[in-house]
Amino acid sequence: MALFSSRKTIVVDADVLVIGGGFGGCGAAYESRYWGRNLKIVVVEKANIERSGAVAHGLSAINCYMGMQWGENQPEDHVRYARGDLMGLVREDLIFDIARHVDSTVHKFEEWGLPIMKNPETGRYLREGKWQIMIHGESYKPIIAEAATKAASKVYNHIMVTHLLLDKARHDRVAGAVGFSVRDGNYYVFRAKAVIVAAGGASHIYRPRAIGEGTGRTWYAPWSSASAYGLLIEAGAKMIQMENKIVLARFKDGYGPVGAWFLLLKAYATNAYGENYEAARFDEMKALVGAYADVKPMPTCLRNHAMIEEMKAGRGPIYMHTQECLDTKEKEDIGWEDFLDMTVGQAVVWASQNIDPKETPSELITSEPYVMGSHATCSGAWASGPEDCAPADYQWGYNRMTSIAGLFGAGDTIGGSAHKFSSGSFTEGRLAGKAAVRYVMDLQASPEADAAQIEKLAATIFRPLDNYQVGRNEIVAGTVSPNYLLPLHGLQRLEKLMDEYVGGYSTFYVTSEPLINRGLELLSMLREDLDHLGAENLHQLQRAWELNHRVLTAESVARHTLFRQETRWPGYYYRADHPTLDDAAWHVFTASEYDAKTGDWRLGKLPVHHII
Amino acid sequence: MPTYTDMTKCDGCGECVDICPSDIMHIDPVYRRSYNIEPNFCWECYSCVKACPQHAIDVRGYSDFAPLGHKVRVLREKEKGSISWKIRYRDGRVKEFSFPIRTTPWGSIKAPADYAAPDAAGLSSPLLAHEPEALKVAALPMLPAAAK
Repeated sequence: MALFSSRKTIVVDADVLVIGGGFGGCGAAYESRYWGRNLKIVVVEKANIERSGAVAHGLSAINCYMGMQWGENQPEDHVRYARGDLMGLVREDLIFDIARHVDSTVHKFEEWGLPIMKNPETGRYLREGKWQIMIHGESYKPIIAEAATKAASKVYNHIMVTHLLLDKARHDRVAGAVGFSVRDGNYYVFRAKAVIVAAGGASHIYRPRAIGEGTGRTWYAPWSSASAYGLLIEAGAKMIQMENKIVLARFKDGYGPVGAWFLLLKAYATNAYGENYEAARFDEMKALVGAYADVKPMPTCLRNHAMIEEMKAGRGPIYMHTQECLDTKEKEDIGWEDFLDMTVGQAVVWASQNIDPKETPSELITSEPYVMGSHATCSGAWASGPEDCAPADYQWGYNRMTSIAGLFGAGDTIGGSAHKFSSGSFTEGRLAGKAAVRYVMDLQASPEADAAQIEKLAATIFRPLDNYQVGRNEIVAGTVSPNYLLPLHGLQRLEKLMDEYVGGYSTFYVTSEPLINRGLELLSMLREDLDHLGAENLHQLQRAWELNHRVLTAESVARHTLFRQETRWPGYYYRADHPTLDDAAWHVFTASEYDAKTGDWRLGKLPVHHII
Repeated sequence: MPTYTDMTKCDGCGECVDICPSDIMHIDPVYRRSYNIEPNFCWECYSCVKACPQHAIDVRGYSDFAPLGHKVRVLREKEKGSISWKIRYRDGRVKEFSFPIRTTPWGSIKAPADYAAPDAAGLSSPLLAHEPEALKVAALPMLPAAAK
């Protein structure tokens, strides 16, 4: 306590606590206020809600919109699409639930001031693809944050939440959360009846392709630090599909998304010799995954697979032929706005490398893996489904409640509900927010956080500051100490071992039982070393806790990857010792529960029900 | 670098520190101006560039793949609801673009508590706020209840 002897403990009581002010959290705040007029609804965010989360930058499209008002798609269609893309394994009840509500979310966004592009011929929203609509989305996040800020009793910015609190009497019930202010170092204790975790998925658990400054330009935000999972796993929540990491085919280095280019502008990709490699590799993919190769559109992982095989064969660079499609000023504007709205770094790459997309093709590449629940992937918590349509064993209480009573999730947090993106994550936040209000209204006796646990966590959370203070005085200068690791050191060790042992890009995403087992040995030593993290200041203390969340998530990923003895998603990762898809044994969800007291992991299977 | 701060323009106001999603814009204790303390955790999201009242922050592309000599400058005019970009290539070519960012006045969103309170029974229905009207279809789609 020497360094921060003036540290205060701030206790905040709430009915509903929302952790994370991204799209899931903003939706949760909005909806919980609508239904819970007299409740205290608190949002806690580690940055500033106006520009936080995965959409901080902006977006150029809304990727989940049915268009039911024009009969464009029905919710069942979206379930079939997501199921096909994820090779059969999704929570159809959760996806249906988001799809049937998402249009009302998007209509509110437009009413609030989000500029949605219109098709001049039909007057409808301009479709990028079957599910996507184009927006002028530079201010997408500030607009949505305005709605959430007006809804919440209070938004606490710059507070990093590190742990959930469980009820003293019932360890399967949530009682709040703790964390610290990244600004003044005060200890924050949030006591809440219901908690909605809407924190971020995971970038930076695998070695990024860049090696210097460019490691900041990962595809998913560097501040998506796996808190969605780190918080829940530590608390003992049941997690599913953590092996279902995602690899993205993107513009090389800038990681500009390809959706608008393929779908709206009709650009196409070839290998270096101008060949359409995807079609040429169809039979090979069919041998790996059988009928799943016939799904239209071709699953995201299989498209990656074709690109990866081309790169292995030395037929790269892979090129996106932007120069073939930007034939009008209007299309050039759309192409540039696509990146200026959401990936300015891609425009910087073009300007720096003298690439004019109107004249020159751009390289594509497959990224390092990420762990998420909101994109074309569905890692996350096992959650209770909607009462009116979830199968009986998919519901045990309130919609979007995890296996811990009172603990809800939205966005990256919830597993099995892929293809939510921004609008679906906000919608899932709304579903969780309404359910949490109902839970609070029904609650007989409030949970009580354990004072001893709160005190113990205070010591744990600030320990890296003490470690640094002591260890730093034993060395002359520099970053090398035998007694502490800086957060960046720990992060680099994590990224390297996940890359080499658990299917990163350097092995072309290949792993196996012996590789994962060796990786787990090294991970267990890294986890022990986390007790020796040193933080020079509060910024590094934030990095230290982000690393804790990432490492625990990574271990979960490794264990799930080991458990699933098949290659379900070639192009996301490969089990060399089980190289094909095995529906007879593995048409199931993988599930795990971690016991923080004993350090044991319990893995098992959960059934996949097809309701559509 | 991502981002860097111009010594002669920055007045140390701290807007960039407040807005940075990555907590990497800090005030230098000697010069009392902001700088990027961790370029390898900068997403080039431009949140700080847009927020800077002095236009003191700029971006130099990541050193591991972006050759020097480029500029991607931005002017976000919040009240006008527009954003303008000027892109200068390494070889001197220039491109300019301007896009809308919002169609309504800032601060104009109606808070959820300003709508009529829903009746208590609504809490157990599957409808969310403003539904079914906001769906723009007659009713919320339902599935037959799954076999229990």
